[in-house]
Parts: sequence; C-alpha cells; structure tokens
Amino acid sequence: MKALHQFIDNNVHPLFKEGSKLEKYWPVYDGFYTFLFTPGHTADGKAHIRDGVDLKRTMNTVITALIPTLLFGMWNIGYHHFNAIGIGATFFEQFLFGAIKVIPMVVVSYAVGLGIEFLFCVIKGHQIEEGYLVSGMLIPLIMPVDLPLWMLALSVAFAVIIGKEVFGGTGMNIFNPALLARAFAFFAYPTYMSGDKVWINTTGTEGMMAVDGFSGATALGEYATTGVSQYSALDAFIGIIPGSVGETSVIAIMLGAGLLLFTGIASWRIMLSAVVGGVVMGLIFNAIAPLALSAEQQAFMAVPFWQQLVMGGFAFGVVYMATDPVSGSQTETGKYVYGFLIGFLSIMIRVFNPAYPEGVMLAILFMNTMAPLVDHYVIQANIKKREQRLALKTVV
Amino acid sequence: MADVLEKKEEAKELLIDKQPKEPLLSKKNRKLLNDPLNDNNPITVQVLGICSALAITVKLYPALVMSISVLFVMAAGNVIVSLMRNFIPNRIRIIVQLVVVASLVALVDQVLKAFVYDVSKELSVFVGLIITNCIIMGRLEAFALGNTVWKSFLDGIGNAFGYAWILLAVAFFRELLGSGTLFGFQVIPDAWYLANGGFYSNNGFMLLPPMALITVGIIIWVQRARNTKLIEE
Repeated sequence: MKALHQFIDNNVHPLFKEGSKLEKYWPVYDGFYTFLFTPGHTADGKAHIRDGVDLKRTMNTVITALIPTLLFGMWNIGYHHFNAIGIGATFFEQFLFGAIKVIPMVVVSYAVGLGIEFLFCVIKGHQIEEGYLVSGMLIPLIMPVDLPLWMLALSVAFAVIIGKEVFGGTGMNIFNPALLARAFAFFAYPTYMSGDKVWINTTGTEGMMAVDGFSGATALGEYATTGVSQYSALDAFIGIIPGSVGETSVIAIMLGAGLLLFTGIASWRIMLSAVVGGVVMGLIFNAIAPLALSAEQQAFMAVPFWQQLVMGGFAFGVVYMATDPVSGSQTETGKYVYGFLIGFLSIMIRVFNPAYPEGVMLAILFMNTMAPLVDHYVIQANIKKREQRLALKTVV
Repeated sequence: MADVLEKKEEAKELLIDKQPKEPLLSKKNRKLLNDPLNDNNPITVQVLGICSALAITVKLYPALVMSISVLFVMAAGNVIVSLMRNFIPNRIRIIVQLVVVASLVALVDQVLKAFVYDVSKELSVFVGLIITNCIIMGRLEAFALGNTVWKSFLDGIGNAFGYAWILLAVAFFRELLGSGTLFGFQVIPDAWYLANGGFYSNNGFMLLPPMALITVGIIIWVQRARNTKLIEE
C-alpha cells in the first residue's frame, strides 16, 4: 500500500500539477486521490485541531450503513420474482437474480451522477465535491426494480443539476438530492413508479408469466385501495414485502441506523422525534377511525400505529434521508421539530391521499423547505430568552 | 425692424430644418425593439408575466395564440395610451389604462371565441387575465405615458416578442418532452413507445406547472451564462 502511495506521489502527481499538461483535470485526479488516501492537508493560519474524519470518510460510513439494505433488497427481489412466477429457487439463485437486476441500477446512478459532478468541477475549476457518493447509493435503493435505466439516469441528472449544482454544489442544496430524483421519477413516469405492477419483476425468465391471482401491490398500496393487506406486520418488519429495492426490511435498516448512531454521523434527535411523530399521527388516526368517510379509509386508519412504522419507506426515509445534515435543521431544538413533523406528515399523507402512498418522500421534501424557517424561529427564541435574562440582570 | 424680424424667422426655420428628422427605425428605435428580446427580456430578466408563462405553455398552439393576443393588446394599448397621454389626468391614469386594456382584451376574447373556440376554451381564464399581465401595465405606465406614438408602438411590439419567444420556447420543450408532439403532430415515432415495444415514455412531469418554472429557470441560467451584461457583481 505504501509503495503504491509513493508511486502515485512520484509518478502520477506531477502529471496533474500546476503548469503541466493535464492541469485542467486536476479536480478529477484530486477527487480520486483523496478518495483513496487521507489527504495531508493542514489548516493554514491559526492553530486548529483537525479530525481525520473528513467529508469522504463520513460518506463512506453512510454507504457502509446502506449495505445491509442493499444486500437484503437484492435477495428480496429474487425471492418475489420466483414466487410470482411460481418456481422454486434456492437462496443463491434468488440472490443472484436480484443482484443482476440491482447492480446495473447502482452503476448507472454512479456513472451519470459522478460524470455530471466531474463535468461541473472541470468547468468551474474547483475540487470535486463528494456529496454524490451517498446519493448515488441511495437513489437505486428507493426506486422500483423495473424502472428503465434511462429513466433512472434522467432522474439522477435532474437531481444533480437542478437539485444541487444550481444551488452551488454539495452543502448548498435545499433538498435531499436522492429524494428529488425519486420525486422527479414519481411525477414524470407515474406508471413506472406506483401501482401494483412495478414492484416485482415478472418478466425476467423467458416465457414465464405470473401465476393466477397474483398481486404485486405493496402492503401500503393494498391498504390504501382496499383497507386490508396480505402481508403481516412481521413480514414488513423482516422485509419480505414488495417495494422499492432497499426500503422493505426494517431489520436491515436498523442495522444501518445502529452504525450511523454509534459513529454519531446521523442525528438521533431527528430519528427519535420522527418516530414519535409517526406514532402520534398513528394514534390520532386510530382514535378517529370511526369518523372516516369510506370503509377502506376506515380500515387503513385503524391499522395499529406500530404497524404504520414498519410499512413502506417510513423507516428508510427516517434513518437515511431525514438525517441528511445539509437539508435538515441545523439547530438542536430545531431537529426535534423537524423530525417530529416529518413523521407526523408522512403518516398523514399516506392515509389521507391514497394516490401518494409514499408519504415519507413528500413529507421529507416538504420539511426540507421548512427547515430554515424552523431554525430561524429557534434562533429568534434563543435571542429573546437571552435578552430577557440580560434585562433582568440590569434591573437588579 | 421688419428686416430683423424676418431674419429671425428665417433663422428659426433654418434651425428647425437643421434638426435632423429621426428615421423610423433609427438606432434608438431599433433598441426599443431589440432590448426586450434579450438584454431586458420581460420574463427572464424582469421576471414579469410568469403566471401565464407557467399556465398555458403545456402545448405550443395555445402558447402561440396567447402570444398573438398579447402582441395585439400590447401594441394597441401602447398606441392608444400614448395618443391620450397629454389628456389623461395623472390621478386617474391607472383607471384609464385599465379601461383601455380591458376593452382590448374583451375584443381579443370575442375574436378567439368566434374563430378558435377550442383554444379559447383551453386558455379559459387566462385570456381575461391578460388585463392583469404585469408586462402590459408596466409598459403602459413606464413607457407609453411618456413617449410618442411610434416609439410606444415599437416598445409594445418589442416587449410582446420578448414575451412570446420565451413562451414558445418553454412550450416547445414542454410539448415535445411531455406529449411527444409539436403543434399537435406526433414528432416522436410511435414505435419508440414502451406500449409498442420501444423504450420511450413521455415525461408526465413536463405537463405540470413546476416544470414550466424549472424550464424558465434553465433559460434564465443559459441566458445569464452567455450574456455578460446580465452578470451581477
């Protein structure tokens, strides 16, 4: 490893240095270099203590936390595929089928997203921003498996250009880029993003059709349209339900959440308050269920509050999306408000509007917009409090 | 004494004659026409008239009809107000302008209903809302009230074209990507669609108003990147 490092320093580095031929591509080289090795940057000016954990290391931790959901998602896709066409398959076959479906999505997501980032870096001549590392992994995980790859690529391009570069790149975006990609695909190609046909691949094997009476709707979709679901809460907790690639298994998500909380990268305040928000809204619905307008809605409202938490993308959104440090609230008190409203609105949207069963996406995007407002009021309240304290002291 | 007076008269005449008569399309006048197309575009630079730009750009044809209607109202309104500019009492000038624009819009509305009923139905309330289009009131107030008839006419036409080309550009992309058609004719081959075994699907987001806003935003972005005059410090 050391030899490789030295080789790069001595032979590759001069190629991209100032004044050399490939100077223009310095950002690209620098991006790869700092991805592989911790850069030896030191702070200039006054004394600083620098942590070895820079943005790239943070991103890598989040990606590690996403791996359980990715692996589980691969297996889940294969499992449902073979179930739907009525063929028995071994665990390995199921996993392999899913991997063949998911890996191209990940590759396309990274290729398009990083390609655009590199392009902007070279044009603007600044360092590569590593913000896309996490988004690139999140995007395939929140898309249905059968989404055509060019639609995925277009959504990624939209998210990176309109969601991020327009605002000035990583750290400046007001919306979570991964969710923006999903929202774009959701509104642009609704037939590929919702309904009961897209969540399970039934076309992978030549000549095979879905067995009779087969329904590919997600648990949430079934509740929204009929008020009952063939999947139990335990199924949803383990994750053997149809859904977007990585969102189904609450166990896998909890593994990731554990790592994020242990390393302190995600805010426990947001996660906790979002769950509380979801529970509160679920309890309210349970209480007002008899007042519902239709029988289906009544059944959906009566779903126990804890079951609401394990269905759909709620857990995934709360753990990986709501805790995005850029688009969320910055103040500690604000994080409680921000998280609570995400949980509250997610459940509210999914129950009240069956057309948008994935309420958590819209709730987080909405709260991204509101986060600066929340912060503003938190700061103002603090200023007022301190002013009062000061006034009291001067009076005494 | 008489001699002196005569000479004075002559001198006056000479003076008047010597003042060059401005050609119809002098440099200044051409600027009135060209400026709103790019450097001072009513939509992308002044950010006026956004409301209708978002609402009626789903298809090219309604956008074209809207552009022509605005062109007519703007040119005629500017001319009429400019003709009356010396008689309008300052205090009620807004009311007078409104009456002028409203009667012109009523005229346009009736013509549309008579000849292109479908489009008129599609544009619905937005024809009536031309009255409140900020570009029109803005030009009447800022230009026609203080300038001659010909200049006001040019200014009206220039701004209407500035409005129209943005409208048509936005509608072009929205119709092409959202419906796969241009002026109602299928442009993207039928065989490309997934339903027919192809790979393509129309982008439904393009049909929703947010995408119109984003399209206008991208046009502003490209324009500012190319036009150095618009770059703010």
